[in-house]
Amino acid sequence: MNEILFKQQLSADVYLMRLHAPLIAAERQAGQFIILQTDDDFGERIPLTIADADTVEGSITIIFQVVGKTTKHLSAFNAGDALPALVGPLGRPTHIENFGRAVCVCGGIGVAPMHPIAQALKKAGNYVTIITGARTKDLIILENEMKAIADEYIICTDDGTYGRQGLVTAPLKELCEAVQKPDIVIAIGPPVMMKFCSETTRPYKVFTQVSLNTIMVDGTGMCGGCRVNVGNEVKFVCVDGPEFDGHLVDFDNMISRLNAYKEIERTHYKCFIEKAFNNNVKEVSL
Amino acid sequence: MSYKSADELHHEAQCLLDEYLDRALTLKVKERQKIPGQDMPVQDPEVRAHNMDEVALGYSFEQARVEAFRCLQCAKKNCMEGCPVKIDIPRFVDMIAKGEIEQAIAVVKETTLLPAVCGRVCPQERQCQLHCTLGKSLKDVDSSVAIGRLERFVADWERINNKIVIPSVKPATGKKVAVVGSGPAGLVVAADCRREGHHVTIFEAFHKLGGVLRYGIPEFRLPNEVIDKEIETLAAMGVEIKTNFVVGRTRKLTDLIDKDGFDAVFIGTGAGLPIFMGIEGENLNGVFSANEYLTRINLMKAFDKNAATPIFPSKKVVVLGGGNVAMDAARMAIRLGAETVQVVYRRTENEMPARKEEVQHAKEEGVQFLLLQNAKKILGDERGFVKGIECLKYQLGESDASGRRSAVVIAGSEFTLEVDTVIVAVGNGSNPLISQTTPQLDVNKRGNIVVDETQKTSMDKIFAGGDIVLGAATVILAMGEGRKSAASINAMLLASAKYSNRAD
Repeated sequence: MNEILFKQQLSADVYLMRLHAPLIAAERQAGQFIILQTDDDFGERIPLTIADADTVEGSITIIFQVVGKTTKHLSAFNAGDALPALVGPLGRPTHIENFGRAVCVCGGIGVAPMHPIAQALKKAGNYVTIITGARTKDLIILENEMKAIADEYIICTDDGTYGRQGLVTAPLKELCEAVQKPDIVIAIGPPVMMKFCSETTRPYKVFTQVSLNTIMVDGTGMCGGCRVNVGNEVKFVCVDGPEFDGHLVDFDNMISRLNAYKEIERTHYKCFIEKAFNNNVKEVSL
Repeated sequence: MSYKSADELHHEAQCLLDEYLDRALTLKVKERQKIPGQDMPVQDPEVRAHNMDEVALGYSFEQARVEAFRCLQCAKKNCMEGCPVKIDIPRFVDMIAKGEIEQAIAVVKETTLLPAVCGRVCPQERQCQLHCTLGKSLKDVDSSVAIGRLERFVADWERINNKIVIPSVKPATGKKVAVVGSGPAGLVVAADCRREGHHVTIFEAFHKLGGVLRYGIPEFRLPNEVIDKEIETLAAMGVEIKTNFVVGRTRKLTDLIDKDGFDAVFIGTGAGLPIFMGIEGENLNGVFSANEYLTRINLMKAFDKNAATPIFPSKKVVVLGGGNVAMDAARMAIRLGAETVQVVYRRTENEMPARKEEVQHAKEEGVQFLLLQNAKKILGDERGFVKGIECLKYQLGESDASGRRSAVVIAGSEFTLEVDTVIVAVGNGSNPLISQTTPQLDVNKRGNIVVDETQKTSMDKIFAGGDIVLGAATVILAMGEGRKSAASINAMLLASAKYSNRAD
């Protein structure tokens, strides 16, 4: 169970893993996530969206960026290793139907969770436009996979090393101004990017769905750590989400809450890296 | 009352035992009434405020016997009326009085599965001890026989001396029972159904078993070692355990029956959905549900420097609420090094739902109580972190139907406390996961699963019990519902076995 079948480094800090999890593979739908631990005694529980699944192989694919102690530790696992804890699929699945024209906006690693959603939208008969943004060319991932799905595929890089130079909001605005406006926009990426995508579409009244990646402990509604304000109501991302109407989400509060443990985590991470410096990362006891 | 160490209490009990031992069985009622009730030895408050170890240390053998001498062995056995699982209390107390501890624990285990847990966390003063004839004769419930402490004593004696007897299991019936959730209700169902020879599988969403016993109740009140031992016993009985498995998501509830061949399912998913107060500022950094605060520490071990899960470095803490969970959170905050911890409760101590003992322990450890006060809004700094809380003062008004007096706000009484952490402990709603993913299951307006008198839900072969049915209640009530559910499941499976035998 939970064995890593395949591992690939996609860019400097981004990894793809296929994990043996037949039950999750069978049940998962686009938009859902898993929670994993790299140590089931002292490890933390981190949520990661399911990027793909293969019911024949009984596997799910996760794509993650090394940002802290647990993702660093996870990146040191190799094919053949097994994760001590993996649970899912969690969260409500994305509502998929034939909306007509669907625009999928992905920022950075947000391409990973978008992949199954774009796939499902395409399958449901939508005309799918995919906009992928990244800081620089080397950070663009899943280009071929997304190209294969998209009716239109737009790449933006901040530094202009690939595709259009600039932010994803520029082509998004153009699409909203076109004669045939999008019927739905789905934005997944860093909170700031989702916030500005929602602001871009707001004047055009284009329904915009975002997928929130808040801090979670249990992922089953028990702790309330993932709560966000949506339309002045408190919602739990784990059981009410992770997807919400971007025009109703209080992003500033959400972003502030994501920073709650920044300083503590920075210290944790530093300690971990220092320990890892002298040992093989995998052997560091957490 | 000044602090007495365990040694002092033990020595006092030793003297009393010497005094009464010869005529223990012939003591008159008047004499029994005069035997001083035995205090629970506890860690020194100064010391325990800085450690996670259990506060209550448990009776010595001598203390237990002296306490048992106090029991009047009255004919009415009123105490049993107050026990949700109907332990034969006078009989097990009599065994202790006679020094026959092995027999005493056997009596307790006839009706309860988790005496080491119940002896610690049951509100005995509202159950068995409330009805105790001795307590009534002395006109003070605190003078009742300390039944809970005696229950704990015999259960601990059994565990510490490796005398735990694995309950016998009847020959395999070929029937399969799924238990969803490994809290107190689920553990009881698992044991009771397994005893009848059914194959039992427990499905737990977390990576560790025990439910609220693990993530909710702190180590200093219920050590993990106690929970681990109970689970070891279940495993030894042949109960299969699946962690990291969310029924409803990892597998649909209906699939357990339709595809996986389970003949019955018990849902015991508990009241895991924290209620917030709906006041301004509740989403600031530094505001936690008690569930989150306690889970980070109890389950994820955030107090340990090796743990990856962080905990907020609180200095000034306010806990909102007056129940046992509020006490647990407040006392935990003290242990994690907070400078001040204040419990804000809008009524007086008399109305507080928390056990008196927990309130007392909290006070001894330095928790302050701001009574007849309640939060109005939480104030934040420019970075979105808590910097204070605005409260209002209250007074007691009319009594409601249940006799509890209402709290009436005093207009214009606002005042501000400077704090960096607010822990909200005002209760839990029902966990929505199963009902969200099983629309055909009947739930009431509050999301609690609707069951009939046999604990059966609106769906065939599916039973439910504990907090998911009751709303947030107690461990022992959950266990009582578990016991009832297991009996119904066992009866249903027996009937179907007879039917299929006839068909053969």
